[in-house]
Amino acid sequence: MKKEKMNEPKEPLFHVLKRANVPAWQTWVIRLSAIVVSILICSLLAFLIIGASPLKFLGALFDGTFGTSLRIWKLLKGTAILAGISLALVPAFRMHFWNTGAEGQVLIGMLAAVACIMAFRDTIPNGLLVVIMLIASVLAGMLWGFIPAFFKANWNTNETLFTLMLNYVATYLVKYFLIKWTPNGSSTIGRLKYGMLPTILNDYLLVILVIIVMVAIMHVYLNYSKHGYEISVVGGSVNTARYIGINVKKVIIRTMCVSGAICGIVGFLIVSGLDHSITAESVGGQGFTAIMVAWMANFNPILLLFSSFLVAFLNQGSGEIQTVFNVSDAFPSIVIGIVLFFVIGCEFFINYRIVFRKKEDK
Amino acid sequence: MEVLYYILNAFSLGVTFLYGCTGEIITEKSGHLNLGIPGIMCIGSATGCAALQMMYKKGIPDFLVVIISIIAAFIGGAIMGAIYSFITVTLKSNQNVTGLVMTIFGVGLTNYIMHDLTGVRYLYAKKFFRFPFAESKTSLQYCGVMVFLAIIIAIIASYILTKTRIGLNLRSVGENPATADAAGINVSKYRYLATIIGSGIAALGGLFYVMDYSGTQEAYLSIEAMGWLSVALVIFSTWKPIVGILGSFIFGVTMIAGSFLPIIFSWLTMASTPFLKMLPYVITIIVLIITSIRNKRENQPPEKLGINYFREDR
Repeated sequence: MKKEKMNEPKEPLFHVLKRANVPAWQTWVIRLSAIVVSILICSLLAFLIIGASPLKFLGALFDGTFGTSLRIWKLLKGTAILAGISLALVPAFRMHFWNTGAEGQVLIGMLAAVACIMAFRDTIPNGLLVVIMLIASVLAGMLWGFIPAFFKANWNTNETLFTLMLNYVATYLVKYFLIKWTPNGSSTIGRLKYGMLPTILNDYLLVILVIIVMVAIMHVYLNYSKHGYEISVVGGSVNTARYIGINVKKVIIRTMCVSGAICGIVGFLIVSGLDHSITAESVGGQGFTAIMVAWMANFNPILLLFSSFLVAFLNQGSGEIQTVFNVSDAFPSIVIGIVLFFVIGCEFFINYRIVFRKKEDK
Repeated sequence: MEVLYYILNAFSLGVTFLYGCTGEIITEKSGHLNLGIPGIMCIGSATGCAALQMMYKKGIPDFLVVIISIIAAFIGGAIMGAIYSFITVTLKSNQNVTGLVMTIFGVGLTNYIMHDLTGVRYLYAKKFFRFPFAESKTSLQYCGVMVFLAIIIAIIASYILTKTRIGLNLRSVGENPATADAAGINVSKYRYLATIIGSGIAALGGLFYVMDYSGTQEAYLSIEAMGWLSVALVIFSTWKPIVGILGSFIFGVTMIAGSFLPIIFSWLTMASTPFLKMLPYVITIIVLIITSIRNKRENQPPEKLGINYFREDR
């Protein structure tokens, strides 16, 4: 008996099984509890590092985002811009094209808009200028999406690094033009008073509305159009797509043009509706954050509004903590990083379950 | 003479990429695409410099100061690598997304730590890092101990990957984990160790960049861009650390072309600097395109790069 036991392989303490058909409410309970736990951990860390009591921490987090009506508007604006950029990524990601170049695509759209202002500012009326800026931004964004897609479609060039490198090309192009446009050598162009979008109520509402309309259009495009279907098939299996007669090359290039064009529109909105200026850091890493936002929303345009709200909330709220407690401006990215770790990690508990070893009753 | 300084400077800057590249090659050979390398390199500089700050005027011998801070940087990177492997290997989450969060988190945490290191005392150790040529007034001063360490690590990594059983097992885990698993190789163990060791090596690049190459207070702000180029260098070197040594030099040459070429060629104006600084990125793109068009079998990434392994998947 004893000998037999020794020869038996050691059974592990637990093993992992795939879960199927998890009810939707359960996935949301898991995700929400991950977010709550991670925010509590952040407040604990804040207590240990900067000595802010958890109550004060949470107070500042909410005060910074919902404290005044201006802060609420800023939060909505932040959400809208982030949602706009991740919206651009959704079709590409559904196709399994890892577009890490939203940062550069938005920036090049901004550059095109500012270039139009510089070229035509005194010669044509504002309304016409805005239209020209929009077209230029869309074309520029499209070009920045087309280049990597063309090589991916024809020679399967690695798109993750290609788009990543194009971000830097865009950054240095902006730096070049800033030098060109400022003969005094300051390399900052300040606030431009041309090519402004009209405003409704305040500076932010029109931009927010445009983004919401784009989300709705994208929802229809992806779920109820032939293009959307083709994107899903190519994302699922390239060979299946070829077999049923989809022109894979065309789909890749077309989808990336759409993706780049939306980034261009967002860039136009930032220049024409919000910033009225450009620097090499105008996008400020939002192109990368948008990748996480799109992924958290499971590449669903509607859910993406919620995930971008979460990230915008964390960003602005922890920005307030940073000013109240006078810590380094890197604090928001630490908070966002920790929360996202938990959100990513919790997907495991949605997709898999752990089965512990049962005591055998022999 | 300017040309010689240019070459030395480029060579030394390239070492930053070489660390990141060697680390990432080891990780990618196990089938994990770690996009957190920029954040990990930042963390390496933060933990290394924090260790240096703590050792300030404690009467510790010079060489020990360097060794301890190198170990601290390695451990910092290894911890980040452990977090990454826990999320991707054990929790089986998407590698691209996890890597990008690692970068955001790592860069943020580094800014926080470096901001808090008051008085920037850690820079006292600059001359220890630049050891044999610290007194030199020319670009030779950047060729300190860590330059040689990087080359040694790259050669050792190359040897282990291509000539030993461990390397063979590691490559098989990256090419086809199911087969490796069937052959009795512990896939999770290899993936964990490769990611952790790779991250530790990459982290040294951040420490080198801050303490040896630039030796300034705000150096940590530019490590992130260096990290992305290191990831690109992996493709440039076609997953071979030895080729990485050459590639890192080429990247170094193009990276500082913006500051050196206008000195050598007086007809280059101020406005052309952004274009010169664009060079490493453009060259990476060109290399990407060329390698993909040539499409040679031995220059391809590991077969299952970026795909998590779950034994029960088919």
